[in-house]
Amino acid sequence: MRNAFAAVVTELAAADPRIVVLSGDIGNRLFDAFREKFPDRFYNCGVAEANMTGMAAGMALCGLRPFTYTITPFGTTRVLEQIRVDICYHNVPVTIVGTGSGLSYASLGPTHHSLEDVAFLRTLPNMTVLCPADVAEVRAAVAAVLTIPGPAYIRLGKKGEPPVHRQRPAFVIGRGITVRLGSDVCLLGLGTMVATAVEAAALLQERGVSAQVVSMHTAKPLDEDLLRECFARFALVAVVEEHSRIGGLGAAVAQWLAAQNPYPPARLLSFATPDVFLHESGSQPYFRKSLGLTADAIAAEVLRAYGVP
Amino acid sequence: MARKIRGRVVEMSHAAKTPHLGSALSCVDILVAAYWGAMRIDPAQPLDPGRDRFLLSKGHAATALYATLAYRGFFDPQLLERFNCDGGALAEHPSLQCVPGVEAATGSLGHGLPLALGMALAQRIRGPRFRSFVLMSDGECEEGTVWEAALFAAAQRIQSVLAVVDYNKWQATGRSNEIMALCPLAEKWRAFGWSAHELDGHDLAALRSALAALPDGSGKPVALIAHTVKGKGISFMEDDNNWHYRIPTGDEVLAARRELGLADTPLAASQPPSPPTPLPKGEGTSP
Repeated sequence: MRNAFAAVVTELAAADPRIVVLSGDIGNRLFDAFREKFPDRFYNCGVAEANMTGMAAGMALCGLRPFTYTITPFGTTRVLEQIRVDICYHNVPVTIVGTGSGLSYASLGPTHHSLEDVAFLRTLPNMTVLCPADVAEVRAAVAAVLTIPGPAYIRLGKKGEPPVHRQRPAFVIGRGITVRLGSDVCLLGLGTMVATAVEAAALLQERGVSAQVVSMHTAKPLDEDLLRECFARFALVAVVEEHSRIGGLGAAVAQWLAAQNPYPPARLLSFATPDVFLHESGSQPYFRKSLGLTADAIAAEVLRAYGVP
Repeated sequence: MARKIRGRVVEMSHAAKTPHLGSALSCVDILVAAYWGAMRIDPAQPLDPGRDRFLLSKGHAATALYATLAYRGFFDPQLLERFNCDGGALAEHPSLQCVPGVEAATGSLGHGLPLALGMALAQRIRGPRFRSFVLMSDGECEEGTVWEAALFAAAQRIQSVLAVVDYNKWQATGRSNEIMALCPLAEKWRAFGWSAHELDGHDLAALRSALAALPDGSGKPVALIAHTVKGKGISFMEDDNNWHYRIPTGDEVLAARRELGLADTPLAASQPPSPPTPLPKGEGTSP
């Protein structure tokens, strides 16, 4: 995903002179092509993310379209104050790009995990929160943020994520993309967990349960039309995300659901990370397994809740 | 003009019952030197892309900025009477384009310098050329972002930004050199790769020439360490940190105005509130 981001921002910068890339001293060689083509529009801002974020806002106040790029916790939670005041309050088009989101950098240890970023950024007025499912959605998301007037956050994994889309998806901010049709239950995936949701749907199919899968790439603003349709059509809706159950997509959907009148009959399940820090060492697959975020675990829980023995 | 602004700031603090009077009074001369002399601005074109930018990074001195902008012609001074009123445009800390001339929302300290560096890079990338003046407090220099920005500006040899430190030696609850080891402040900026000049922050002629001399020929970003007196201009407020929070009484406002050589005027608070003056259309929140 990070390579796709670097490639697409380089392509788009050729046609859009407002694009600037600010890096927090990461992405060794990642932006070589960008730097070569647009040496005046790339700045390595050093290990000083608060200044980077404030500078991005200053640039955007002057009409540029800066992207800040670093490892997710350092570009989001560390600088929440700058995002809130400099970017969101001023409502300027800065795009914060976080790499290694969720547990993608699990093995780097707890400082590098980001299981709260969606919750924090979702609370900020004017902020759009995008969690692309695969490389194709990354490319589409970067192009899409250039069409909105305000701030955005793009939550990336790292590299080698399995593709969800065979061809270029019709990506519209705030509109979920149905990636698999089904009739019994619906899995709403966030970001890199969409691929896992697709796997889980295949396992459910083997047990005779037809699952629809949606890439809810926009965690904010929520696709309320799609939710209305899903909760009307399916007996069970499950949100699948690599993020804390507090404040993530599952929480957003639950809050939306609680306000519905009449209350839809469909049941809501949430697959997310618990309200804990992780203290062991381990890889992303290890933690996904231990936290019940694998296709097997998701399918088993959905079957239980759906009443299939 | 500085006396007129000081008188107005004291009235506003009294009428709206707002603190930070000492902080506002200490930077009035810096504002006057910037807005009447040093900066390339046109109050009739507050969003001209080529205008010099002024960022009041010490946003708690908002009354001084509002009065300066009003008297410089950015908006009708009558609007100052609606300072801090419910539903008004002028809050205790400024927000972006709340009135023409306010370039950013400030109040949380340590934000102005990074914003100004971004503006400096933007004009380097796309033009047009302009300069950015950032007014910070000495207490604000305790924020880490100030030094992140200082390191970056020096590395990039940004010469279109001027950082002015209103060095009144006080912060909210004590001496700024005791609470944190700010001293020697000018040497710190020099050690961070800046060209730092010290001057009397109440000497208008010195301020005007220092502000106008940007870039200063050193090839480095420039910091002005302006030695100031908190509460400057009113004898019973000068260097008395109680005036960080104290609100002046009506008698104190009159005494202050007499000291400033201003006529006794009915206090703003005792006047009926004026209807808000409409702002120029099409100059809302877009930068």
